[in-house]
Amino acid sequence: MSVIHEWSVAELSRQLKAKAVSSVEVVQHLLSRAQTHAALGSFLHLDSDGALMQAKAADAQRSAGESRPLLGVPIAHKDVFVTRDMPTTAGSKMLAGYQSPFTATVVQHLSDAGAVSLGKLNCDEFAMGSGNENSAYGAVRNPWDTRRVPGGSSGGSAAAVAARLVPAATGTDTGGSIRQPAAFCGITGIKPTYGLCSRYGMVAFASSLDQAGPMARTAEDCALLLSAMAGPDLDRDATSLDVPKRDFTLTLDQPRVGATADKPLKGLRVGLPKEFFGAGLSADVNAAVQAALKQLTELGATLVDISLPRTALSIPVYYIIAPAEASSNLSRFDGVRYGHRAAHYSDLIDMYQKTRTEGFGDEVKRRILIGTYVLSHGYYDAYYLQAQKIRRLIANDFQAAFQQCDVIAGPVAPTVAWHLGDKANDPVANYLADIFTLSTSLAGLPGMSLPAGFGEGGMPVGLQLVGNYLKEDELLHTAHQFQQITSWHNAGPKEFVL
Amino acid sequence: MALNSDDMRRLAALARLELTPEAEGPLLTQINGFFTLVDQMNAVDTAGVEPLAHPADAMGEAVTLRLRDDIASEPASEATRDNAQRSAPAVERGLFLVPKVIE
Repeated sequence: MSVIHEWSVAELSRQLKAKAVSSVEVVQHLLSRAQTHAALGSFLHLDSDGALMQAKAADAQRSAGESRPLLGVPIAHKDVFVTRDMPTTAGSKMLAGYQSPFTATVVQHLSDAGAVSLGKLNCDEFAMGSGNENSAYGAVRNPWDTRRVPGGSSGGSAAAVAARLVPAATGTDTGGSIRQPAAFCGITGIKPTYGLCSRYGMVAFASSLDQAGPMARTAEDCALLLSAMAGPDLDRDATSLDVPKRDFTLTLDQPRVGATADKPLKGLRVGLPKEFFGAGLSADVNAAVQAALKQLTELGATLVDISLPRTALSIPVYYIIAPAEASSNLSRFDGVRYGHRAAHYSDLIDMYQKTRTEGFGDEVKRRILIGTYVLSHGYYDAYYLQAQKIRRLIANDFQAAFQQCDVIAGPVAPTVAWHLGDKANDPVANYLADIFTLSTSLAGLPGMSLPAGFGEGGMPVGLQLVGNYLKEDELLHTAHQFQQITSWHNAGPKEFVL
Repeated sequence: MALNSDDMRRLAALARLELTPEAEGPLLTQINGFFTLVDQMNAVDTAGVEPLAHPADAMGEAVTLRLRDDIASEPASEATRDNAQRSAPAVERGLFLVPKVIE
């Protein structure tokens, strides 16, 4: 039974369908692994009883003749998705012991598809961070080198998948929080077009940027999960896109229109933004990305030089807009309706202040203060409005680029995963490391990260692919074809495989 | 333009946060460090550019956002109320308790 944790979602699905293994057996095996590797810090809540109950139900449905691709497949959720039957913390002391009155749409969709939830995964507090060191419940360790960060903010999700504790997990991406930890942990992740997955039940960080997506070992697995997660939620999320649900697995193995089986990407124009390959990119990451680009050409793709001239500006623009929205969203934490309340206070205002001061961590406070400042009288136009105008220019730059290419490719992050503590007291250093993922989020475009080799210290490097709006199928197809001729996605950290 | 301690205390009060004197110094340095990054935004000519508040606004005509009818979507019942209040710090007879506001 020791190979169960090496199976991808697709393989698990086949084994369950063939009744070679039961969901209960798979879940028991993975629960035991999660306990063995608790020191990684990836799980905040392991729901053993609930998971076994769901697995039994899935096995019963299977016996009754049901056969959906995710039936009985175990997953886990980033702890920013609220769940009726499990605690939700968003990595914050503010929500210690919080029990949501309802379940997030994305979680419900996966449950309806038959997936079994093992529990909740660690993340940066309110998804604010790039190293998962901002969690009130402790850092997560990178399974490839436990002295290093797993990336963030979906660090628990990335580490759990890389360590083979779960075959797949949900994540959220506001400025790179799916793509960057996927890259740092050597797994595959996709942030879909803004609005494709419902935000209902995602603890809000920056509402015009937040988007859910799957994290797994392969593009095929991401396609399986995204097909269940995505879809309109028109009554519950005002920004949910009214586009029909799609099955992203259907096109994975088909050559592009006009292409052939041996050159399945023939006709695909891959744009390389010169700003993604400049001085800030470390040599090891560049070498791995260049090799991956060469492999795309072997599949028939052509490389095109493009420019995204406001790439550097995406950092201040994002770090104005996201904190502005966060300061507004997080004003709901007042110690009255839910969450932490200070034990001692003199009056109502003092209760708000002590509650928020005790409940929020340092990075969250920094962003609330920045957001409060840029929205305040006299500074709104100079900062917030100017940032929104440049956001428009950034979105326009992408549309100009997509005149010349079908997908954009480049690195996910300038370096491989850094060591725990290296950037802990330097927020600006953390912000700068987000340079290649922020612009995609600002424009609301789909982006993904896939394993593309190794760099310094034997740490994984990710290749980023960005598509135009609603072109998730093209991204997943390109990634899947890449994974047919490469094996980076099958590599695992040696302490955690077999 | 750098922020000073007075600015920081004013912002903290607006955000309903307390800053200890020890925390204030490093925070000021970090936030002012961040605003040196922001200064490059000033050089961008955005005359005539429409602000982009939301990605849907950049996706073209295929995407329209909507408002639903302004009606309660949950049934009005004690069970609904109790469920909504399950994680409230202090509740009595279905009401949220807060410190006395009116003498």
